[in-house]
Amino acid sequence: MIDGIIALYIFMLAAFTGYEVIARVPVILHTPLMSGSNFVHGIVLVGAMVALGSAETTTGRIVGFIGVVLAAGNAVGGYVVTERMLEMFRASGGKKK
Amino acid sequence: MSGFFPPALAKGLVDASYLLTAFLFIMGLKRMSSPVTAKSGVIWAGWGMLVATLVTFIDPQITANYILIVTAIFAGGVLAWWTGKRVAMTDMPQMIALYNGMGGGAAAAIAAVELLSGQAHSRAAVSLAVVGAIIGTVSFSGSMIAFGKLQGLIKRSFRFRGQQFLNALLLAVVVAMGVVIVLTALGMIAPQASAATVIAIFFGLALVLGVTMTLPIGGADMPVVISLYNALTGLAVGFEGFVLQNAAMIIAGTVVGSAGTLLTQLMAKAMNRSLGNVLFSNFGEAAQAGGAVTGAMKPIEAADVGVMMAFAQKVIVVPGYGMAVAQAQHKVWELCQLLIERGVTVKFAIHPVAGRMPGHMNVLLAEAGVPYDLISDLDEINAEFETADVALIIGANDVVNPVARTDKSSPIYGMPILNADKAKNVIVIKRGQGTGFSGIENALFFLDQTRMLYGDGQKAASELIQAVKAVG
Repeated sequence: MIDGIIALYIFMLAAFTGYEVIARVPVILHTPLMSGSNFVHGIVLVGAMVALGSAETTTGRIVGFIGVVLAAGNAVGGYVVTERMLEMFRASGGKKK
Repeated sequence: MSGFFPPALAKGLVDASYLLTAFLFIMGLKRMSSPVTAKSGVIWAGWGMLVATLVTFIDPQITANYILIVTAIFAGGVLAWWTGKRVAMTDMPQMIALYNGMGGGAAAAIAAVELLSGQAHSRAAVSLAVVGAIIGTVSFSGSMIAFGKLQGLIKRSFRFRGQQFLNALLLAVVVAMGVVIVLTALGMIAPQASAATVIAIFFGLALVLGVTMTLPIGGADMPVVISLYNALTGLAVGFEGFVLQNAAMIIAGTVVGSAGTLLTQLMAKAMNRSLGNVLFSNFGEAAQAGGAVTGAMKPIEAADVGVMMAFAQKVIVVPGYGMAVAQAQHKVWELCQLLIERGVTVKFAIHPVAGRMPGHMNVLLAEAGVPYDLISDLDEINAEFETADVALIIGANDVVNPVARTDKSSPIYGMPILNADKAKNVIVIKRGQGTGFSGIENALFFLDQTRMLYGDGQKAASELIQAVKAVG
């Protein structure tokens, strides 16, 4: 389904998207944005779920299990700290450009 | 659960949901790049994550181990939720490093499961699995070291002669083993040892590489390194996405990979360091080369500072990481409110790398309740120091060191600094006479108009509050 040249197209367009989306970010948001992008790569969770869900050996299950634990930590932890940081931006009436 | 839906329907549902997730992620990141919409941005992305996670349960590729999956999500999620809710704002950078490392580890685990399963893969899939494995593993162990350093668990930088050569050698060995694994998996060379053993050694060496690469890097450069590992994890996730034919992972991983690379460059630029410099030079060792500063530091009492500030027209506060460590930001804001009531103009000057990361200090001041219109960044405020009666430096050091403008031999020469030395009076609140994070003597402290107020940031701020109140 996703192979060869199509994969390269997705890769290229996604790379440009990532660059453009944050190209004009103000310095005050660097830390929250780094945290936010850290959360977004927590999507590795779905891959880890597939890897564990299709594992057939004991070793595979153990490694897959570790993978899902780590990925869930990435996703949940990334969300919690990003949300906490941005919460404070709102609390102080953040209207500054 | 896959039994509930015909495989074709389930596959279609999963694909459609991943498309929605990719949209929500990109919109979320876009909204996070502006202060006004930032809060909603992370919520958009959060919904994307939730949708993707739930729908993956009906993915036809998942055929077993449901209980294990739920248990693992629960274990990792609860642990991260608990730590993430409790961590202090000052410790945010290392928590980001920790969660990021976990993501890298997860990408590496996916690669391990795929490589160990030994199922027939295409040439591209096996190659990308191996590349993603190297990047993910290095990001994992490297991030853990970064966490340990910022958390204070690892105190010193380990450097020795030929270290870079050793790292290069280690990288070469890891890559060579990766090539062997690819060729073996494709049946192009006969297996020399059991595949599992080779794969285990491969991952072990990659782990060591992440450790040895990160250990020599000084604490001041850690934010850039964390940002770099963040981008690398994104890339690893993208690569493993290709292996699993998972569009959501490919798109999200690649977007983070490129956005993270850009962020890394922006941070390195704000710190006046090139990426190569950060990774391969021994910052801090060369510090002694900086010219000696002559003169003496002149102490002052809190009462005198109180009077000086109470009758000032304009006070510019320059907060640094030291203020955050002392948890003095609330007291400092209380002090500023007193001054504002007396009609003093108060502004906060934030250096791009104040705190541990660009933007970190803004978060800390926001936590204390300082409104945005009082906070200015370097370009806005630098011209104003000349008209300021008092520049109050709290826990900042290198970012106000004028040798960055004048002394070519200094390691921080050329770094943009806050021109606090132009103010009529400079008050420095400092614990002792030591040097800053970079180990460089600060010429500002020896200027004629500079006075040192020694003490813990929070205690000093309390004393100043009393002093200003005493003026009446």
